[in-house]
Amino acid sequence: MSEATVTAPAGASRAGGSAPAPARSRRSWLKPLLLVALLVVLLALPLYVEEFWLRTGFAVFGAIVGAIGLNLLVGNSGQLSLAHAFFLAVGAVSYTYISGEEGGLGVAELGGLGLPPIVGMIVGVLLAGLAGLIFSPLAARLRGIYLGVASLALVFIGIHVLNSWTEVTGGFNGRAAPNFELFGFAFANRDPELYVLGVPFREAERLWYLGLVLALAAYLFARNLLRGRPGRALQTQRDSEVAASVMGVNVQGYKARIFLVSSMYAGLAGVMYALSIGSIAPESFGLELSILYLAMIVLGGLGSVNGAVLGAIFVSALPLVFQRYADLIPFVGDRGSGGLAAGEAARFLFGAAIVVVILFEPAGLAGIARRITGRFRRPGGSVTQRPPESHGPTSEPTPSDPPAQGSTT
Amino acid sequence: MTQFLSLLLNGISLGALYALIALGFVIIFKASEVVSFTHGSLLLLGAYSIARLSDSIGFLPAVLVGILITAAAAIVIERLIINRLRGAAVISLAIVTIGVDIILLTELIRRLGSDILNVPHPWGGESFRIGSVGLSQNRLIAFLVAAVLIAAFFLAFKYSSWGIAMRASAEDGETAALMGIRQGRVSALAWVVAGVLAAVAALFLVGSPTPGVTPTAYAVALRAFPAAILGGLDSTGGALVGGLLIGIAEAMAAGYQDQLLFLGRGFSAVVPFIVMIIVLMFRPSGLFGTKELTRV
Repeated sequence: MSEATVTAPAGASRAGGSAPAPARSRRSWLKPLLLVALLVVLLALPLYVEEFWLRTGFAVFGAIVGAIGLNLLVGNSGQLSLAHAFFLAVGAVSYTYISGEEGGLGVAELGGLGLPPIVGMIVGVLLAGLAGLIFSPLAARLRGIYLGVASLALVFIGIHVLNSWTEVTGGFNGRAAPNFELFGFAFANRDPELYVLGVPFREAERLWYLGLVLALAAYLFARNLLRGRPGRALQTQRDSEVAASVMGVNVQGYKARIFLVSSMYAGLAGVMYALSIGSIAPESFGLELSILYLAMIVLGGLGSVNGAVLGAIFVSALPLVFQRYADLIPFVGDRGSGGLAAGEAARFLFGAAIVVVILFEPAGLAGIARRITGRFRRPGGSVTQRPPESHGPTSEPTPSDPPAQGSTT
Repeated sequence: MTQFLSLLLNGISLGALYALIALGFVIIFKASEVVSFTHGSLLLLGAYSIARLSDSIGFLPAVLVGILITAAAAIVIERLIINRLRGAAVISLAIVTIGVDIILLTELIRRLGSDILNVPHPWGGESFRIGSVGLSQNRLIAFLVAAVLIAAFFLAFKYSSWGIAMRASAEDGETAALMGIRQGRVSALAWVVAGVLAAVAALFLVGSPTPGVTPTAYAVALRAFPAAILGGLDSTGGALVGGLLIGIAEAMAAGYQDQLLFLGRGFSAVVPFIVMIIVLMFRPSGLFGTKELTRV
């Protein structure tokens, strides 16, 4: 919801035509102010926060990129995919192979092209996109749940390849991922040594900024994509393929293209994952990862970019936070002391959260946030009445939509 | 040739077990329009309860209680969650079952820990021979039991009032409801039957030649997914054919793995998925699934 008003001109605000004008103008400066404040906080954070939070932050940024990508596919175009882990793996492995050095590791003979990491990152994203494009003709033919299960196949095939193709992937034990580097500036502990305001900027601090930039770019791209013509076409196609094709939407074409975009997002998320962990191993890219991503977008709210961000923060930070504060949280502790391990506690919580969200609040965290802001907005008005955009920005026609629809013909 | 026959036999017996699990998927889908991702953990739950209980109360009672526990878990899931979501989108339903699956699986894996539980099958791990063709006794009994169960299921599906009610509601839920068929009851029964079938399959899947109850039993249920899909999600006959096809393909790939070594070790575990993709390429609704028609 908040997304609709941040950058859109006042006329495009679809917060309901009934809202009185003063309320709208008050919001119009409050929102950007809050956003700028948030950005400043995010930029200044590495100066104050310890390394653990920065590392968690980079992992979260990676998850945000991946979750936005999956949400475009599942939430906005209605294609259930469990193959996200596979595309992440393609990105991560390509990056590691292209930018990694050749070398032997024990018995395994590892190959590597040793190209600059930025090349590795770009090619990783492109290859993940290519993998998505190759799979998309099959995906476009399959309806709903058949696609969900068929995409399951990619995950298992991916794991098998990761385990077997030792020269590239390092095999069962995986291999180390090279540090990121941009024009001679390494995102590592040295090269060059860097101090900002007396704070040493080491790997964690540098990666934080990299993650912030990539996540922000991913966010803005998705927002623009959805607000424009492709977004409307996708959502029409999701709600009714027949109606969409009658309106002149190339259904198959859009399905294939969104698969491409989504898997490129996954590829970037995979590269960031490799950077965040520092290595890749087959077991990281199993079905569990796909399910975690699905949990992110469901908890956040299907079809909402902001929701994907919220869900990604929640799901990817929770286990790490649990791990760190294991002794402070009741029921969580070491296996020996009879408590739950941190990962287990987090998984119980995700599982329960998914069930509860689908049962009681299908719009997810984004829906809850929307309700809260809605309460602020109309103190005396219809709080209980759900705003029309509860299923994503454009799922239902609202008074402000017609001009944009006209432009698609 | 001997090796081929022996692999074929192994494949058929494995396929019969896959067919049991796949039948569960299919009837749940027919009755409540849900693709159940909880099946893996239900299977593991069955195996776990049988293995844990057989120490204290003996093998046969443990099997019965294990089956009951699994069926009870299935009906609890149906009553508490699925039943409340009737009419929701297929994707949300699938995702909700994934949520349930995460909870159940986490608990089971936590309980299993790192030790391997064994089910003390009275028939042990010996194998049975016809001439030079061998098959483990466990698998032979599995095949016989599965065949009986599947036959009973098809008869019930065709002639019992439950079967008729279920086919009617799968055909057209609204009309069936108007005719006085209680949709909730049909769906609950379907989940119970699926739970029972999964528990029976679990009993044999954790016996020879596989080693005891480990979280890998979960992956086996996932391999039954392709069986259900390639037969067609709404076709019970398809589940049977799909199960056998997947079982045979997997057994062959495992048996000839020396010749298939260029594809990597453990290739047989991936074969079901590859078969499924190939079939779906040519028939997007599976071999026997109802084609979706779009009329405007």
